[in-house]
Amino acid sequence: MTAVRFNEVCIMFGPHPAPALAMADEGQSRAEIQSETGHVLGVHDCSLEVAEGEILVLMGLSGSGKSTLLRAVNGLNPVARGSVEVSADGRMVNVTEAKGAALRRLRQNTVAMVFQQFGLLPWRTVRENVGLGLELAGLSASARAAAVDRQLSLVGLSDWAERKVGELSGGMQQRVGLARAFATDAPILLMDEPFSALDPLIRTKLQDELLDLQRDLKRTIIFVSHDLDEAFKIGNRIAIMEGGRIVQVGTPREIFSAPASDYVAEFVANMNPLGVLTARDVMEAGPGEGPRVGAETPVRDLMDRLAAGETALIVEDAGTPIGRVTSESVVARLCD
Amino acid sequence: MLSWVTECETPEDTEGLGPLGYLTECKIRIGDAAEAGFDWLQANGSAVFDWISDFLDLMIEAILTLLQEPPNTGWIRDVGRGEEVYLYPPDLHSILIIAILTGIAWWLHRGWKVPALVAVGFLFIVNQGYWEETTESLTLVLSACVVCMGLGVPIGIAAAHRPRLYAGMRPVLDLMQTLPTFVYLIPAIVFFGIGMVPGLIATVIFVLPAPIRLTHLGISSTPQSLIEAGQAFGATPRQLLWKVELPYALPQIMTGLNQTIMLSLSMVVIAALVGADGLGVPVVRALNRVDTGLGFESGFIIVVVAIILDRLLRVRTK
Repeated sequence: MTAVRFNEVCIMFGPHPAPALAMADEGQSRAEIQSETGHVLGVHDCSLEVAEGEILVLMGLSGSGKSTLLRAVNGLNPVARGSVEVSADGRMVNVTEAKGAALRRLRQNTVAMVFQQFGLLPWRTVRENVGLGLELAGLSASARAAAVDRQLSLVGLSDWAERKVGELSGGMQQRVGLARAFATDAPILLMDEPFSALDPLIRTKLQDELLDLQRDLKRTIIFVSHDLDEAFKIGNRIAIMEGGRIVQVGTPREIFSAPASDYVAEFVANMNPLGVLTARDVMEAGPGEGPRVGAETPVRDLMDRLAAGETALIVEDAGTPIGRVTSESVVARLCD
Repeated sequence: MLSWVTECETPEDTEGLGPLGYLTECKIRIGDAAEAGFDWLQANGSAVFDWISDFLDLMIEAILTLLQEPPNTGWIRDVGRGEEVYLYPPDLHSILIIAILTGIAWWLHRGWKVPALVAVGFLFIVNQGYWEETTESLTLVLSACVVCMGLGVPIGIAAAHRPRLYAGMRPVLDLMQTLPTFVYLIPAIVFFGIGMVPGLIATVIFVLPAPIRLTHLGISSTPQSLIEAGQAFGATPRQLLWKVELPYALPQIMTGLNQTIMLSLSMVVIAALVGADGLGVPVVRALNRVDTGLGFESGFIIVVVAIILDRLLRVRTK
């Protein structure tokens, strides 16, 4: 089932997008369009389907249009051409054409959002911030209480419920942001670089927590990131964007093993390969004797076992040996 | 046609005048235009002015009665029409009002310093024999607060949401604040007669820009990220205003209230010139009689009231 569908979405910032869109169709760059028409190209002809329960990461440098595309899903950015559809109540609803009350209903029930700078109301307590979406949907305080308490315990902030959000650290504030988004029970979550403003240790911790939560909650998540390590860790699929256009969509392995352009290859070259490589990637052909491991075993586990004294590990796929892993084969792949 | 705009004197000796002569020959009729405008307003708008005047008069009377007289229970006890039977002796009323104000100070500040200042300050005023004038001035200040906040906050919100409206309003606000007060006292007397109402009108004209500007500043400086957070969770424009923008702007709006009170108090002497009762009256009298003692005494009372009100309302926002 498709949860979000982008149909040739174009986003152009400016009052009269038509001539600027024509230039974009001819393949002109953002700088050329801006100097000619004064319009800023946000996103051009992006088509993408996000399946229910999937985490899709929009990935690119700053200015590549990833946040712009994300914000079209809940109508924060207007779409100049094309459309974005989301699945609500079993049918696809066109967000681009939704106005007023219909758009608000989508935002209250179907699509929730987590912001890079948290976007919490500083004069409210943690509890009041988590309940914001329910409050805006018109639920009374007593009706909100149970849902809010559940979310607070989910993100481990039950003891902080009555504090003002300003008293919390950055990591805790973003937990409040996550709880606020979870609280509306919206099946689609938009996350706009939610962990970028946090320091690295907290970031890793929150990434792990998000993956834990997702295992139970099974929401559809569109996650924006400029960090390929984060994208590979979080994403089931990754869409890499450059200059407002999607240049490659695929699973982490597909992108890692077959970059579609120099731009993607450069990204991949700068990332830590230990997060993506598995036994299948680091094995060499040939027979051997030794303990058997699955083809999808992460390379970190293999390295631990090799360091512990194993000389060779046999990689098997569905019971059949397909190759072997040795210290030399791992080093050879990493130096590649 | 031209004579509507300019007023030309018969040129007597244009040859000897030089270039400046031509400039002064015909005067642009600004004063006449203003007068014609006010005449037209008086002729056609008197019903509106009467209505405004009646409304303000009612409000002033209500506040003044509250501050000056104990509750009249005559209508319960069924005594003769027009006869007033007070719940308690009127002498005690000033003490009760001071106690209530001290109580409010304690409720707002939760300490002993401000309530003590309020109590001592007002008892000092009673001691100096200015309690009645003080209640009259407080009435003027309170009425000005009601009108200025009641108009200024909605106007400030509207201006913050419509930048072009604010651009159009700015010269008017500047004019209201810079035009010498005496200048609009004259039409105020023409429209509203003598008494508290023209004093209040003059005060409102002078003070109103402050709450408008501060409300505008508070609302329009609400961070875009908070607005978007509200929108992303499906807020209506009204919810956005009440749950995001107004709470964010509250400190600025409270500063606007404080400014309103202080600026209104600074107008009590000028209001006295058009017949408003209050602490301005003895100041004006002292000025006329060159009575240094009376002038200093009544001026000092105004300062005491100003200090009390300022401390009372300077609530620390967390």
